[in-house]
Amino acid sequence: MSKIVKTITSLVSLPIIVFGLYIISHGHLTPGGGFAGGAIIATFITLLAVAFGKEITGRNLSKQLLLLSESLGILTFIILGFFGLSSTFFYNFLANSGEIFGRTILFGLNPGYINSGGMIPLMNLAVGLEVFSALSLIILLMSKEND
Amino acid sequence: MIKKITIIILFIFLLAAVLSLHPFGRPIFTKMDDYFIQNGQKETGSNNIVSSVVFDYRGLDTLGEASILFAAATGVFIIFRSRKKYV
Amino acid sequence: MISFPFITVIILISMGFFALVFKKNLLKLVMAIHIMASGVNLFLITLGYRQGGVAPIFTNAPNLNMVLPTVQALTLTSIVINIAIVALMLSLIILIYHHCGSLDTRKRKLKQ
Repeated sequence: MSKIVKTITSLVSLPIIVFGLYIISHGHLTPGGGFAGGAIIATFITLLAVAFGKEITGRNLSKQLLLLSESLGILTFIILGFFGLSSTFFYNFLANSGEIFGRTILFGLNPGYINSGGMIPLMNLAVGLEVFSALSLIILLMSKEND
Repeated sequence: MIKKITIIILFIFLLAAVLSLHPFGRPIFTKMDDYFIQNGQKETGSNNIVSSVVFDYRGLDTLGEASILFAAATGVFIIFRSRKKYV
Repeated sequence: MISFPFITVIILISMGFFALVFKKNLLKLVMAIHIMASGVNLFLITLGYRQGGVAPIFTNAPNLNMVLPTVQALTLTSIVINIAIVALMLSLIILIYHHCGSLDTRKRKLKQ
């Protein structure tokens, strides 16, 4: 690709990652969540594959590393469900409890507090990691071999 | 000739199906959603009711959806691994 | 009298169905399935609209009259499932083109 595309890619890559992490981590306060944030970070990998080619992108971010992070993501999601097994599977035992992520929220309008939500921010992080890895793996596998 | 008849019949069928729904903007069965809006903040502690429905009240559906995405990535990997041996 | 979102859903689904039955290029079939899936997602969201309602989020809400939140959760799951379907279909089309040499559904020869 030409020089303009490569320069703009290296300039705009850091705001894309920061914006995607903001949407993932504030999933219990603003619209978004794990799925939308993971798709936003996957567009950064697609931009690298379009501007710089498939071999240079696949040298540092190999397919084995993406497989490992995708498996870690869904394994964390399943293990987080087993923590609340005192009542049921996927029980939110951290909400209204006073520990980490456990502030009580009353009914009505309020400015959002990150310290609330229980298990929901942790599940958002696990799903965001899994969606980002799966979509990047699909894009990198379907690219053309020689160019 | 057959194409025009097919699309006209399909259009009339879908129009008759849509006309038998409730009027737009006035849903009828809202008992479960009213419970979610009134008690969602007190029980789960999050301001976003859609996130609390996706991850807390119906968490098993999200588990199935994450496993579908994992299976799709694995399937694409299997298809493009066996193709390298032919060339 | 029905309103505008339902007419859009009818047009999208009938366009997708027509292309799925009467076209013979494989890529057009995949695009038709994706258009039908978009029509179904739009139909799910318009089922849960309340007149004069806002988004069901309490952070900076203008008023407390909110739309139904359950249907939006189902739409999120449906979008992710459609991504998986289209990704697997496209990779199978790449494999078919490598074995048969053409993207036509009416030519059935297998070149080695």
